[in-house]
Amino acid sequence: MASHAIEVKNLYKIFGPRGGDYVDAVKRGLGKAELNEKHGHVLGLQDINISMPAGGVMVVMGLSGSGKSTLIRHINRLIDPTAGEVLYDGVDVCKMSDNDLREFRRHKTAMVFQKFALLPHRTVLDNTVYGLEIQGVGKAESEKRARGWIDRVGLQGFENHYPNQLSGGMQQRVGLARALTNDADILLMDEAYSALDPLIRVDMQTVLLDLQKELKKTVVFITHDLDEALRLGDKIAILRDGRVVQQGTGQQIVLSPADDYITAFVKEVNRGRVINVETIMRPLSGNPEGMPLAMGMVLESAARAMTGAHVNAAHVVDENGRPIGALDLPTIISAMVTPTSHEDKRAA
Amino acid sequence: MASICSVLPALLCKFPAIDDGTIRLARKTIDDGFKGFVRSYGDAIDTVVQPLQWFLNYLEGAFVASPWILVLIVMVGVVYYGSRNVNITIGTALSMIAIGLVGLWNDTMITLAMVTVCTLISILIGIPIGILMARSDRVQSVVNPVLDVMQTMPSFVYLIPVVMIFGIGKVPGLIAVVIYAVPPMIRLTNLGIRLVDQEVLEAADAFGSSAWQKLKNVQMPLALPTIMAGINQTIMMSLAMVVVASMIGVGGLGKNVLQAIANQFFTVGFLNGFALVGIAIIFDRTSQAFGRRLQKHSEVIHG
Ligand SMILES: Nc1ncnc2c1ncn2[C@@H]1O[C@H](COP(=O)(O)OP(=O)(O)OP(=O)(O)O)[C@@H](O)[C@H]1O
Ligand SMILES: [Mg+2]
Repeated sequence: MASHAIEVKNLYKIFGPRGGDYVDAVKRGLGKAELNEKHGHVLGLQDINISMPAGGVMVVMGLSGSGKSTLIRHINRLIDPTAGEVLYDGVDVCKMSDNDLREFRRHKTAMVFQKFALLPHRTVLDNTVYGLEIQGVGKAESEKRARGWIDRVGLQGFENHYPNQLSGGMQQRVGLARALTNDADILLMDEAYSALDPLIRVDMQTVLLDLQKELKKTVVFITHDLDEALRLGDKIAILRDGRVVQQGTGQQIVLSPADDYITAFVKEVNRGRVINVETIMRPLSGNPEGMPLAMGMVLESAARAMTGAHVNAAHVVDENGRPIGALDLPTIISAMVTPTSHEDKRAA
Repeated sequence: MASICSVLPALLCKFPAIDDGTIRLARKTIDDGFKGFVRSYGDAIDTVVQPLQWFLNYLEGAFVASPWILVLIVMVGVVYYGSRNVNITIGTALSMIAIGLVGLWNDTMITLAMVTVCTLISILIGIPIGILMARSDRVQSVVNPVLDVMQTMPSFVYLIPVVMIFGIGKVPGLIAVVIYAVPPMIRLTNLGIRLVDQEVLEAADAFGSSAWQKLKNVQMPLALPTIMAGINQTIMMSLAMVVVASMIGVGGLGKNVLQAIANQFFTVGFLNGFALVGIAIIFDRTSQAFGRRLQKHSEVIHG
């Protein structure tokens, strides 16, 4: 069951009773503030075009109110778009019949909600089996699968508790177990980790990465945490006022932020864990010196390896072990601490 | 006043009522039409409500004919099972024994049978209508005014058409009671479903629940406490109405009260009144405790 890419094309969402009437005005440049003031409609999304990689993790970031939850709800059509399409495996989700949509939601998608949205009258176990129960999977089978995920998210022993007997972070993990138990191609995670403490958060990131290694689902992951985005995301899109301001890989976004908004966004990031050695190496002149570093290694690991080996110089080698560039410890350190690229850009 | 009327035109002074002849004609037409309708469909209507009659007779027979000790044990069992509360259970046993001692056991059984059937029918009618109302704003805007009329119309008034259609007896009494007691059932079912958290419903949708699955798995269970409050209200209103319904031939405690009023039997009136209060409290406390037990999942609130 290979997962496919999700193509979001020319998507607009205008909240309000006559949203459709304003699409053209928005296309001609009517802004969010003006639309709200003059016409009392809220611009949720405008002109969204994103290709979410098949079997990869698509991270969506942006400030509060920028439209992240609105976007992710379009993928399983909890929200109907005002204009545009959402294609999965060539089918426009927005045009599915009620029946097809229900089947699509049952078998192709699973969602973790920002506000958990657990069923308060069901225990942890009964919440976790919900998706399978709706699909009509037998009780024994679904409970077996549910227990596996309850254990994996660290909630063993709480199977028979009710949601409001659990802490926020525990409830969020029930939501996660509920979605994972569904074993769907598409995993929609709306700030799925926001209520978790740092340790469990890293553990849950590992769960997701392990899952991806094996099962390669198409994951849409919303987060406010850039480090998390960089760790998980094969691709990152940043939203502002319902518009995509930049999309690309983590490296691209950290090294060449499109504008001041994104610069502000990436300022606090741990660059040593994002930038690869080949990004800052200089061309080889003469013989390769010092220790070899594999392509794709991040600066932090390179610095650790070099200080561990007490060497000051190193060279980068490609997959075949051929040297392709050189760098030294001071270069690495300065790239880790100063955001060269956009500092330079501003100076220029 | 006369002085004002001398300057005002007569039209603005004395209300220009439609003249008596017209009203009389309209009244006669409506009354005759209704009587005609009853004459031609009376048999059909009787056949339709016949099962009610059987059910009512059967239950009344069962309540009255069973040995009192058996009824008492079953009642105490039901109350304990419903409330899981020893005080309520003991209270029930004591009130029933007191009722028996003053010689009102049989009448109480008749009233209990009546209230039980009325409540069951109200639930059977009320919940589906409440669900329909919750699903559609249009249905709600049609049903709500009807409920307003049903709840404010003096109960004696709708006894008139009920008697005209069904005559005197238990079934017309039952219908009158149900008309009076069903509105809170409908309203609170509607309210309970509408109050269900949108986010939980969204989650149910996201997993592909059908409308029926949503109703069964999410809306009804979460609306249940409110629905239980509706059932409680319905029981209380049935108990109040069985007294009025005794005017059209319902037996039991209500009938005794009616006779006591007619004959100024002070003690008899109050004894029967207290018996009614006794079973009202039993029903009320039991159904409330049962409702609270259903909300067990929300007992421990955690941030
Ligand atoms: N049902 C709705 N009706 C009207 N406006 C809405 C509705 N849902 C969302 N919006 C508006 O759409 C915009 C985007 O909201 P959204 O919930 O997608 O933000 P978000 O990026 O998920 O924010 P957060 O990080 O706080 O979760 C906001 O301006 C919000 O007011
Ligand atoms: Mg959100």
